[in-house]
Order: sequence, then C-alpha cells, then structure tokens
Amino acid sequence: MARNVSTGRKAAVTALAWGVGLVIFFPILWTVLTSFKTEGEAINAHPSFLFFDWTLENYHTVNERSDYLAHFWNSVVIALGSTLIGLLIAIPAAWSMAFVPGKRTKDLLMWMLSTKMMPAVGVLVPIYLLARDTGLLDSKTGLVIVLTLVNLPIIVWMLYTYFKEIPGEILEAARMDGASLGSEILYVLTPMAVPGIASTLLLNVILAWNESFWTLNLTAANSAPLTAFIASYSSPEGLFYAKLSAASTMAIAPILILGWFSQKQLVRGLTFGAVK
Amino acid sequence: MATQASQTASRLMLSPAVLLLFLWMIVPLGMTIYFSFLRFNLLMPGTEAFTGFENYVYFFTDPAFWPALANTLTLVLGVLFITVIGGVALAVLLDQPMWGQGIVRVLVIAPFFVMPSVSALVWKNMLMNPVNGLFAAFARGLGLEPFDFFADAPLASIIVIVAWQWLPFATLILLTAMQSLDREQMEAAEMDGAGPFWRFLHLTVPHLTRATTVVVLIQTIFLLSVFAEILVTTNGGPGTASTTLTFLVYMQSMLQFDVGLGSAGGIVAVILANIVAIFLMRMIGKNLEA
Repeated sequence: MARNVSTGRKAAVTALAWGVGLVIFFPILWTVLTSFKTEGEAINAHPSFLFFDWTLENYHTVNERSDYLAHFWNSVVIALGSTLIGLLIAIPAAWSMAFVPGKRTKDLLMWMLSTKMMPAVGVLVPIYLLARDTGLLDSKTGLVIVLTLVNLPIIVWMLYTYFKEIPGEILEAARMDGASLGSEILYVLTPMAVPGIASTLLLNVILAWNESFWTLNLTAANSAPLTAFIASYSSPEGLFYAKLSAASTMAIAPILILGWFSQKQLVRGLTFGAVK
Repeated sequence: MATQASQTASRLMLSPAVLLLFLWMIVPLGMTIYFSFLRFNLLMPGTEAFTGFENYVYFFTDPAFWPALANTLTLVLGVLFITVIGGVALAVLLDQPMWGQGIVRVLVIAPFFVMPSVSALVWKNMLMNPVNGLFAAFARGLGLEPFDFFADAPLASIIVIVAWQWLPFATLILLTAMQSLDREQMEAAEMDGAGPFWRFLHLTVPHLTRATTVVVLIQTIFLLSVFAEILVTTNGGPGTASTTLTFLVYMQSMLQFDVGLGSAGGIVAVILANIVAIFLMRMIGKNLEA
C-alpha cells in the first residue's frame, strides 16, 4: 500500500463501506437481536432496535424442546462424518494425482468435476428409491453416504490444488538422504500437507452443514439435520419469531465463525482453482 | 520418472475415489434415464410398462412446464444480474483503503454461510411478512400500504433472497481477482492523467472478465438447483408463479409420486445444466494447463 490517500477520502470510503456492509449483514443482525426479545416484542408494530427487555427465554425454550439438540447433533454427525470419510477417500487420490501424474490425470480431474455439475434433481428419484429400498431413508448413514459423494469432487480438487504446491524436489532430497517411502510421507510431506487438508476440511464442513437439497428430501423426523428441522418452522411455528430466531441463531453461529476463518479457501474451493 | 511400483501404488490410491464417483454418476443417472421411459407411479405399483417418449411428451406439454422454464431463467438471470453488478461494485469499494476493512469484509461475506432454510424463513417472516415484518413496519411508518411480497411478487422476492445469499460469493471472488490487479500499471495510468472512470473501464474491467465468467458459470450451476428457498417461502406458488424446473420435478416425483414423469424432467434438467457445464469445464481445463 504505497498509495497516499487523503484522510478525507479514506473517511468517505470507510463510511460508505461500513454502511453497505451493515445493510448486507442486517438480516443476520436482526435475527440475533430478535432472538433476545419476547414473542410480543418480536412482532411489535413499532420494532425496537436495541432498547427492549433482553431475555434468554427463547434459548431456554428451544433447548428444552428435546428435539432441537437431537437435530443439532444430526447436523454435526452428518457434516463431520461426510467430510472425514470424503477426506479419507480423497487424500490418496489427490496425492497420487499431484505427485505421480499420468497422461490421463487431467482428464480424470475434469471428469470428477463433471460429476459435480450434475443437478441433484436429475438423480432425485433413483437415490430416493435406493435409500428407501435399503432402509437408509431418514437415516444419518444414508445422508452421510450421499453428502460424501456429493462433495467428493470438491474435496479431491481442493486437495489437489494444495498438494500441487508442495515442491517435488523436497521428496527427491529426502529420498537421496535415504528416507523410506513411509518416513518420506510421515516426516516430509504430511507437515506440508496439513494446512491444505485443514482448509479443505473446514470448507466442506460448511458446505455439508448447509446442504439443503438432499437433507430436505431424504429425511423426516429422525435424522433431519438443522436445515430440514428449521424448514419445518415454515408454518405455523414460524409465527413465533423470537423462538425461530433463537433456533436460527444457534444453527448458523458455528458456521458463521468457521466461515470467517475460511474466506480464502472458499474462493479456491468453489472455483476449483480457477481464481486464486 | 515414476517407477513401475509407484505407478501401481498410485493407481491403488486413486481407484476408490474414481470407482465411487463412477458408481455415483452412472447408476442413478442410468436409472433416471430408464425410469423416464417407463409408466411408473409409486401409487400404482404393478402397472409399470415401457412407454417410449410419452413421459417427455407429458413433461413438455405440462401446463407448468413453460412457466417453470421461464421462472428458472428469470431466477438465474435475475440473481446473476444483481450479484455480478453488486459484486463488482463491492469489490471495487472494498479494495479501497479504509478503516476496519477486515470487519466490513466479514459483514459482507456472512450471508453466504447462512443455511438456505434459515435465510428463507428470516426474509419471509421477519422482513417481508406483510403484517409483522420489518418492511411492513417501515412502510406503515412512512404512511404507505405494506406490500405483500410473496403474494404479489413471489419470484422477485425469491430472487432477492437468493441474490442476498450469493452476493458474498461474487464479491469475494471478484475481490480476490481485484487484489491481483497490477498496482503499478494503475499508478502509471494515473500519472498519465487517466481519470478513475477511464482506469475502471480500461484496466479494472478487462482484468475482472475472467473472474466474472467463473462467477457466472459456477453460480448458474448452483442456481439451477435452488430448492429450499422456494420450498420454505412459496412452495412454488401462487399457482406456478414461482415454480422452477427443479421444483417442478420435485413436485412430480415426491408429491405426485410419478417417477416416470419426474425422471423425464430430471433428464431435461441434466441436459440444461450440462450446456452450462461444458463452458465452465473448458475454462477450468484451460487454467489447469497454465
């Protein structure tokens, strides 16, 4: 930042940017504020921004409904489970494509990507029927399997772009020094690969947490994660704004926090390396 | 340089991922194609029969088909229009020196992390509701009649919600691209007396073309599958006013249990998405070689 900018201009830009930022953020802020209001206050014809009686009552109510925590737990299991299994399958694949590229590696990568382009609705019926016939409908296992496969191409691609950046010479140097393949992987490559794996994990937990096509179509009361559970608030419970807000705030808070840490990875993961 | 052994090992490492994705792509897609040629309704078991292209004829002549296609295109183009224009404007703004840049960026990006059912419900009930919503309260405060968003402009309201969710994505990618813009070139142009508008048009815009194309293509893929936002807010209605292709297929297969018809619709959706995908794949493939 070598440019000299007048303080006046900087102040103007700051004011404008903060204004726009707050407008965009407002629906989230409003949800969080409403979650601390009483139901009566939440639908007050003259809404109050900050000066109302703050209460934690909604959070107590939502948590006391025994099912909220169960659905939250479903989200955790499904998001983490599908991501971890996906990593387990993708790490060796991305590894071998990055370090032992063959003639067809590029075609293979493109093909994997093409599976992600298939609209979910194109396979809705068969997946639904397969899940029904195997007893995996409305089960966490079924959703973990589906979400693993849905996100696998993104996981492979992200890992591939990270592994690609590890210089191959390091491997050769280690080999020269007499390192075995095992110790090569354990002591040389793993420490360099961990940041990329962590970023991939983060982004995919976010994607799986918010996935809203399969989670809505393949679950009912038992295994519904928060996406499906909150969708069920659409009527008539949605009229309880304060409770809806409390449930929503708890559903989005963990991901908002994770998301803020993963801004860079988001660009990389969702553009498949096309924009860095 | 790769030895025989390492090649075998690499094949072994690759095969689980390749095999699983192959199954995931071929088996269900093959089933969808197969079902699309059958008379197959879950409510009438035992009546399955091969019917050729009948389902496709039904799908294309369904009174909801053309509105659904038009709604899909309106949704995709509307959201793209808002997010690309807004994204470029925000990227340029956020790239300027300011105080608290990091915090502003966090505020702008946040909607992307909100799950679709939450954003749809928050907009529907707390902001756009004609009785208890905040917008209605504003309207009354100004002495105006509150607007019933989902009854009078259902598709436009959904476009606003979806655009709000995707604006951060466009902004983030365009901002990333902005930051790789050659500062020296900018300064040189400034020294030569080029005004800010000229610099924007001749340096910034060409530089952002590639990133914008990526934004358009990737968003299109995701926007063709918008589902939860419609389910939670309008359920496709009133009438077919906010039914998209994805939602139409969902209704036919999951609510009317017409597997054959839904499958034919699914195949149409796949073909539509593939047209976009081909362009996206080319762009990404080019980048892979570079």
